[in-house]
Amino acid sequence: MSAAGRFLRSWALFAAGVLVWEVATRLAGHPFFPPPSTILVTGARLWFAGPVERAFLGDTVLDDVLPSVLRAVTGFAVAALVGVGLGTVLGRSRTGMQWCGPLFAFARAIPPPALIPVFLVLFGIGGRMQVVTIAFAATWPILLNTVDGVRSLDPVQAETVRALRMPPGHRLVLVVLPAALPKIFAGLRLSLSISVILMVVSELVGSVDGIGFQLRQAQHAFDFPVMWAWVVALGVVGLGLNAVLLAVEQRALRWQPTRATGVPR
Amino acid sequence: MTLLQVRHLRHDYRGAAAVDELTFAVGAGELVCITGPSGCGKSTLLRAVAGLVEPTAGEVRLHGDPVRAVPDELSFVFQDYGRSLFPWLSVRRNVELPLRWRSVGRAERAERAAEALAGVGLAGVDDRYPWQLSGGMQQRVAIARALVTRPALLLMDEPFASVDAQTRFELEDLLRRVQRARATTVLLVTHDIDESVYLGDRVLVLSRSPAHLVADLPVDLPAERDQIGTRGSAAFVALRGEVARRLRAPGDPAAVG
Repeated sequence: MSAAGRFLRSWALFAAGVLVWEVATRLAGHPFFPPPSTILVTGARLWFAGPVERAFLGDTVLDDVLPSVLRAVTGFAVAALVGVGLGTVLGRSRTGMQWCGPLFAFARAIPPPALIPVFLVLFGIGGRMQVVTIAFAATWPILLNTVDGVRSLDPVQAETVRALRMPPGHRLVLVVLPAALPKIFAGLRLSLSISVILMVVSELVGSVDGIGFQLRQAQHAFDFPVMWAWVVALGVVGLGLNAVLLAVEQRALRWQPTRATGVPR
Repeated sequence: MTLLQVRHLRHDYRGAAAVDELTFAVGAGELVCITGPSGCGKSTLLRAVAGLVEPTAGEVRLHGDPVRAVPDELSFVFQDYGRSLFPWLSVRRNVELPLRWRSVGRAERAERAAEALAGVGLAGVDDRYPWQLSGGMQQRVAIARALVTRPALLLMDEPFASVDAQTRFELEDLLRRVQRARATTVLLVTHDIDESVYLGDRVLVLSRSPAHLVADLPVDLPAERDQIGTRGSAAFVALRGEVARRLRAPGDPAAVG
């Protein structure tokens, strides 16, 4: 099948869904459910009504969308650093997880949104609270997958490392981390969606800007097309961030036989 | 000149001796094959020589110095090439690997990797990943990686047991060629009697577990060997019979692995 054909097939159902939604909402005429075309026009007016020199980007893109994305990315990056760093140390240590296991199990069991009130008290309304919330929630999958990954060294590889007299630093960078990378990326993918979720939730309750804040404002103003437009924006942001991560993963794990170019996954 | 000395070596595994009272020496430039019934402790012996396992008793000396950890001038080739090569490194980077923590510059590293790969008859596959190569080619990469440090002693644990017969013959000839060109000392473990005679300058025959030395047979075959001619020669057939007889413990025909 050609690339265009594959593209058509993968988006055909999506397009059909939008079409059905359009027809249904037009027939129903309910104010809570504006048709997709209305949402799209509203969104275009919201985001692409800026001056030419800013590539038509509206104020709200710079004032709300950008800060939202930056917070999600910052929180995710902190989680990745802490998760991979701490996970590597604990995974390599013989007793580390015995000490920390119960603590992690408990911390991870707390639904992260429940900690937003706590972080609000500690950090106040604004970006800092949100980044901390996102980082806290997103750390666990990366941390636990990294622990698992750095422990999963093949016995023959481990003996090869010893037979080669590989020094510890080289062992970590050239063997332990690459071997753990597939599991680390599984954690990163999970954590990225958690980051986007926590970005919205934290903005719904404790923010003065951002996509979540605008979404709630529109709802309070009974401006449902705008509210829906922000929901769509969230989907686009999530898709975009995920696409970037997948591209990085594809590059970092290109040595895996199942990922070779031309071979379907 | 003696390169390697093994004296009164004993190694216990789970409370029982796997190797007991082993004493032999390997001279510089020799290719010595060790054969014995399966599960007799051949691999354990090789790992003790490499310093990968600590012997329960006895000693291993390389150049007269006792071996406690893996010595710098020793390389090891495993049977399981598929898992011994690192799948995330390209062929060239796998071969260069042992040079990365030795004081060898980047340019010289690339040069020596290319030289080692050419030495095992592999060219133009530098940027492939190991899984993109056949099993025989992967084992060639593993041999190139072992030779890139120019080791004094090369230890090989059933290196050709996982490839098909045709490839095996090619790799055997390759090993003899490379070993003679570089005057590398090789200690090779195999369960295959024919292979031990075809490859070796000497064959050490081990008994059933606990393994001890039952024969140390010099191989009086010409240095230039040929898969068809040599294996058909009377001397080869006689030696093969001799190794097989020594392998068979008295009154126990099942002992032949």
